Amino acid sequence: MNINATLLAQTIMFALFVWFCMKFVWTPIIAALEERKKQIADGLADAERAKHDLELAAKRAAEILREAKEKSADILAGGEKRASEIIEAAKDQARTEGDRIITGAKAEIDQEVFRAKEQLRTQVSAIALAGASKILGREIDAKAHNDLLDKLVAEI
Amino acid sequence: MSSEALTSAEYIKHHLQNLTYGQLPAGYERHDVNGNVEALQQATWTIAHGAEEAKAMGFWALNLDTFIMSLLLGAVFMFMFYRVAKAASTGIPSGLQNFCEWAVEFVDNSVRGSFSGKNNMVGPLALTVFFWIFSMNLMDLLPIDYVPLVMQALGVPYFKVVPSTDPNATFGMAIGVFLLVLYYSIKVKGLGGFAGELTLQPFGKWGMPVNLLLEGVNLIAKPISLALRLFGNMYAGEMIFILIALMGGSYLGLSATSATLFGSQILLSLGWAIFHILIITLQAFIFMTLTVVYLDMAHQEHH
Repeated sequence: MNINATLLAQTIMFALFVWFCMKFVWTPIIAALEERKKQIADGLADAERAKHDLELAAKRAAEILREAKEKSADILAGGEKRASEIIEAAKDQARTEGDRIITGAKAEIDQEVFRAKEQLRTQVSAIALAGASKILGREIDAKAHNDLLDKLVAEI
Repeated sequence: MSSEALTSAEYIKHHLQNLTYGQLPAGYERHDVNGNVEALQQATWTIAHGAEEAKAMGFWALNLDTFIMSLLLGAVFMFMFYRVAKAASTGIPSGLQNFCEWAVEFVDNSVRGSFSGKNNMVGPLALTVFFWIFSMNLMDLLPIDYVPLVMQALGVPYFKVVPSTDPNATFGMAIGVFLLVLYYSIKVKGLGGFAGELTLQPFGKWGMPVNLLLEGVNLIAKPISLALRLFGNMYAGEMIFILIALMGGSYLGLSATSATLFGSQILLSLGWAIFHILIITLQAFIFMTLTVVYLDMAHQEHH
């Protein structure tokens, strides 16, 4: 085997070739790989973020739900309270109204009784007068005995 | 050229000679370096010195360089992907893992593009074919005198570092693919279906001999074209490198001619090497794609 300048030339060529590859072959491949890596990293980061967001959203949703429940419970309690208040008020009103009606009715009854007594008294005096006139056999002069009669009526 | 000068023809021959290990028949006359002739007393297992001896060894000889290099490169590929696959994480891939994923994605995409059947073996096969051939072709970019010189210093007379310039290697792979094609053809279509495909078209059952001839040629052409295409491209490429080196080797002392030859050797081989980046990748890709396409045809029931 002969060793000569061919070897030197090949060595120089190889060095140039390696340089060429590093500059024009290696670089784009590495760039493509980096790009791919970046895309994957971005994708993973996005996924992670989305997951995180989802978690946050779920948490928020749960919170909102809880708040809504609380609020509805509050509203329900308020409503119940209000209802019982209304019922109480209605009862009170009904009671007073009833009392009022009862009082009115009693007053009316009293009046009625009084009026009936009055009538009765008048009628009794008339009956007494009629009885007395029959007993006496003659007509009493109402005018002459008016005083007496009035006294009698007052006594009944 | 230096003292034990080689002629151009010898230089080329030396570069194209494989390291062949085989049996020389008894009575074979060996010519050694000094021109002495020694007849072998009995059949001898040895390494061939030159093409004549390699030829005399007949079929049962091994091209050790092809064998070692292809095994070595295959092992490197396997080891690299094995390591990456073992340490693979689902996070952001970096470095080698990123590269391997990229490569697998690329191969997977082209398999998806041209293979319509359902077979989990095709993807890995395509990946292996691509990277194996690519790495074997890649050896072509090493300066052609480096490895033979180192090997000579180690006492190895010949060493062809590019396995794909050895038709044994390319035919070996092509036959492997061919066997797979036959296997899947029979598996998918059944023996009868496959035989029918070979004999009943394109001219119907009355044109059976013609059909068989046409389809047989069609079938046999697959491995042959696969092997010869790769071999031819790589061999031609290697040849050009050798010729360029040879031209630069006509060193005649310090003169303008020598300087020109020296410079043009650098430029030409650099140009050819750069062009070769394309060729080695392309050839590996073509071999892979054709493998996938042939397997796809083997899986298709209807033409």
